[in-house]
Amino acid sequence: MAEYKNYILVCGGTGCRASRSSELVEELNKQLKIYQLENDAKVLTTGCFGFCEKGPNVKIIPDNTFYTRVKPEDAEEIVKEHILKGRKVQRLLYLDPDTNKHISDDKHMEFYKKQVRIALRNCGFIDPENIKESIERDGYAALGKVLTELTPEQTIDIILKSGLRGRGGAGFPTGKKWAIASKSVAKPKYVICNADEGDPGAFMDRSILEGDPHSVLEAMAICGYCIGAEHGLIYVRAEYPLAIHRLQVAIKQAREYGLLGNDIMGSGFNFDVELRYGAGAFVCGEETALIHSMEGKRGEPTLKPPFPAVHGYLGQPSNVNNVETFANVPIIILKGADWFSSIGTATSKGTKVFALAGKINNVGLIEVPMGTTLREVIFDIGGGMKNGKKFKAVQTGGPSGGCLTEKHLDVPIDYDNLKAAGSIMGSGGMIVMDEDNCMVAVAKFYLEFIVGESCGKCSPCRIGNMRMLEILTKICDGKGTMDDLYELRDLAHVIKDTALCGLGQTSPNPVLSTLDNFWDEYVAHVRDHKCPAGVCKNLMEYHIDPAICVGCGACQRNCPADAISGEKRAPHTIDQSKCIKCGTCREKCKFGAISIQ
Amino acid sequence: MDLIKLTIDNVPVEVEPGTTILKAAEKVGIKIPTLCYMELPDVGVINNPGACRMCVVDIGGPRLFPACATTCTPNMVVKTNSPRVLNARRTVMQLILSDHPADCLLCAKNDDCELRKLAAEMGVHELPFVENCKQSHYKKSTSPSINRDQDKCIMCRRCETMCNEVESVGAIGAINRGFNAVVATAFERPLVDSNCVFCGQCVAVCPTGALTEVNNNPEVLEAIADPTKTVIVETAPSIRAALGEEFGLEPGTLVTGKMVAALRRIGFDYVFDTDFAADMTIMEEGSELVDRLTRVAKGDKSVKLPLFTSCCPAWVNFCENEYPEMLDNLSTAKSPMEMFGPVAKSMYADKLGIKRENLVVVSVMPCVAKKFERQRPEFSKDGDSDVNIVITTRELARLIKINNIDFKSLPDEDFDAPMGESTGGAVIFGNTGGVMEAAVRVAYELVTGKKPEKVEFDEVRGFEGVRMATIDFAGTPVNVAVAHELRNARKLVEMVKSGKYNLAACEVMACPGGCIGGAGQPFHHGDSNILIARHNAIYREDENKKCRRSNENKQLAEVYKEFLGKPLAGRAHELLHTRYFDRHRI
Repeated sequence: MAEYKNYILVCGGTGCRASRSSELVEELNKQLKIYQLENDAKVLTTGCFGFCEKGPNVKIIPDNTFYTRVKPEDAEEIVKEHILKGRKVQRLLYLDPDTNKHISDDKHMEFYKKQVRIALRNCGFIDPENIKESIERDGYAALGKVLTELTPEQTIDIILKSGLRGRGGAGFPTGKKWAIASKSVAKPKYVICNADEGDPGAFMDRSILEGDPHSVLEAMAICGYCIGAEHGLIYVRAEYPLAIHRLQVAIKQAREYGLLGNDIMGSGFNFDVELRYGAGAFVCGEETALIHSMEGKRGEPTLKPPFPAVHGYLGQPSNVNNVETFANVPIIILKGADWFSSIGTATSKGTKVFALAGKINNVGLIEVPMGTTLREVIFDIGGGMKNGKKFKAVQTGGPSGGCLTEKHLDVPIDYDNLKAAGSIMGSGGMIVMDEDNCMVAVAKFYLEFIVGESCGKCSPCRIGNMRMLEILTKICDGKGTMDDLYELRDLAHVIKDTALCGLGQTSPNPVLSTLDNFWDEYVAHVRDHKCPAGVCKNLMEYHIDPAICVGCGACQRNCPADAISGEKRAPHTIDQSKCIKCGTCREKCKFGAISIQ
Repeated sequence: MDLIKLTIDNVPVEVEPGTTILKAAEKVGIKIPTLCYMELPDVGVINNPGACRMCVVDIGGPRLFPACATTCTPNMVVKTNSPRVLNARRTVMQLILSDHPADCLLCAKNDDCELRKLAAEMGVHELPFVENCKQSHYKKSTSPSINRDQDKCIMCRRCETMCNEVESVGAIGAINRGFNAVVATAFERPLVDSNCVFCGQCVAVCPTGALTEVNNNPEVLEAIADPTKTVIVETAPSIRAALGEEFGLEPGTLVTGKMVAALRRIGFDYVFDTDFAADMTIMEEGSELVDRLTRVAKGDKSVKLPLFTSCCPAWVNFCENEYPEMLDNLSTAKSPMEMFGPVAKSMYADKLGIKRENLVVVSVMPCVAKKFERQRPEFSKDGDSDVNIVITTRELARLIKINNIDFKSLPDEDFDAPMGESTGGAVIFGNTGGVMEAAVRVAYELVTGKKPEKVEFDEVRGFEGVRMATIDFAGTPVNVAVAHELRNARKLVEMVKSGKYNLAACEVMACPGGCIGGAGQPFHHGDSNILIARHNAIYREDENKKCRRSNENKQLAEVYKEFLGKPLAGRAHELLHTRYFDRHRI
């Protein structure tokens, strides 16, 4: 990338595009033309930078200037000041909340300091729609090495020794999976990429596909070589139009470069990739359900064994890996198993990508070495809690995960520690909650999701989750009893014990982990009929303190339910039978006279 | 291979590799409860989606595993009755019951409900969940054959397995997600608007009252009560081999005489045998086969071979839906039931001196598709159906009970004449391969002019899905094929279409084992020994018959002589043959 003096990298991830980054690119190009700088600087649309909180993000290289919240209107200033005059636009630089100073370089930003980017190594650095840029950053070099220097067995051995485990949730050793699939004798075999990212708020896989599709294609080809497959299939949700587009472009370019298709690099190895679109069912992330969906059948899991490695797509041996798992493969081949296994903990090697969300300052996509603590993730990288609120819980692993608390903050993140703490790694969703979140309501929220997304095949998941939801609703409505809490726990354990697939077996996790960690909050709902966080509407009442109320009438005027009455300049009162607990009165009161009880 | 050693509830057991925990437990007298699981090994039917989770057992893992679908491994330690297992099983049952209507007293399946029985065995009498917890509701629907009340569906998926895998029809499948998931037709359209062939195998295996046959008993009682009507009844070949089960008799007990006696006591004016009509079918279909073979031999290119049987109404529906291009291969001979109707309503009504519309023909069939067949417009005259009412074996049993008849103590009685005589050839219509064997018994003589040396043709018997045989017609080899279950019919049709097989005749029955496994028969509840017992009983009845070839039926010969004329011609052609319609949808 040395043809131009400057490169302006604009994040082209879905989040930044939603904040007009495409317009920004157009505007930057326009301004470069106006200032006749087209030969000095080139604008590139890249994949996600990860710092979504402050998007759209723009990075200028070679000096690594990192601009945040850039609007199309800022394009002229960037071109005129930075590109033409070499002066950084101060107001667009990231403002460090601790020092209150502008930071010009992402390397010095807390958000990036502790991150190690392996799976995301190319995201935000290359134009994903230009294969040349991928190749310049060693794209397809690993495939070349594998095809020319290594046998399938040697390659599998590298992956096995690297300690790479499945990033889709369960953490099955990838090398072992490949070894099993390679031993199946039936032909044809299939390499399947699971891009059915279904956790609410998770966008790890989408970002990789949008930012670095070639690494996934390359890894699939390597896997095909290892297990003896010539066909690759990517099952991607139809709701990911940008990822689909970039995959289509990448597949086309890879074919043109002879990196997919017949006789790749003259090695005699054939491999090609096709896309399959999913309709977005959460359960289709489960590999057998995914395979059935690809076959045109109802997306529902079947019993394992037989495992896909023996009886998969169309009844043929198939190896299913998640996007992030694949994205790790090429660099492991190039840098070696020892390098990879030197990162991480005893049982979990390498890094993990997380989608940070919730009540946290730096919402975004991060990648950290296994073993990083939740505290580092939330308070250092994540920038701590929003609005100075108190940390209450973090939900890891999506709807199948659990809610961890203050006491878990120093747990080094890896598959086994999270499981021991009552949650799961899952695909990497991480939602941070503060004191305003009611944990009973949180459990109910996740269960609502599960009830909607269960395939309905096995009785515990189909009916049991509905029964748990009913109990939680009853508790949130203030009608719960202590018996309900015990029944809830028993039911949760039975569902975990008896459900058919991973979805059902993990669906009680939000309930069990909140019961374990927030028992007092449940008891408060049941025994005291109070929601300590002030979330459950049926358990709270708005009251006007007559000592504070000046009788301005603002609350009365704004109440949508006509529930407030009172004489002018005299304390007002709320008719609880009419109150719909919308909270408008409290917002409108300038005197802080209205409280929740 | 070495046997696998394991213990189940501390009892050591040795099994072949691949054996499920469920089967291994059975070996040592441990009966693990099941609900969705169903297997009929002899006819190649298995449903083990592991969906209900009733059979979960503890094998020491982090969770419980379904015994029906988990295979034994060496040194496995299985607990089927630990507190953890019992609690899980009980909770799962409570969950299923919590989403099931509690109207057992009024349910059509009442005493036959596997869910109710299992819940009773487990002693589940209360639900610990939120009071008035949500139940799923779906639109009830009906059809000429099958009632569907999916509120009672427990998602065992047996019906789906029968429809999709065993019958390869695919009219029903799971729809919706989560709590609303249910087995339904595409877009929840009525069955009549789907590609359902009404074989009713979904009904035959449904453990609850979600799928039941349409009850036509009230119409029978009404007709009998009407003094202006003469009500006659015909009973299909396979009824006599199964009806006794409804009264506690051993499966395979032949109850022909008691059945006739019961029908008289119910109040039918005349009791006839569909077997008589089955002999008639053989005369027509056998003649048609010989005719086609002769014309082909003469070089007539317009003749289609092989000739497919047309007795099974579900197969006819299937052929019309899926293979309209094969309709010319279907024998134009009507099914025995539909031959009986018009003959009774013309010849016999005349004989009795009553008007056609005052003669009510009731058919007792092992089948729910017959209810559909009955209402086909081509099987009626001036709006009056040739067969007015079809009831199943199960409905007949209820009718007998309603009429206060102690079935077991009844004397044996004989059918009425002239449509009561039958040969062994007609009886074996009830078994897969029976129509073909009966046809061969007669066609041999029609072709060669000689009686065959043997009367039993073992080569077309058995339970294999598709059976091929070459019959030596005194030096001329004739290739025939038999298929039961529509998946095998599909296979057979595809084989025929491939042009690689030089077949003269093919028999198809939709139900596993033929009519003995019909959807109107007493519920087998997954016990294939019952099907085998009925199968053997049918052949026993054949062996006991004095005449075993349809052309030896004297009453029938008389009817041909006096009324019908010759097979394929004249009145026989007019009354006993039909046509088919292209009903291909997609």
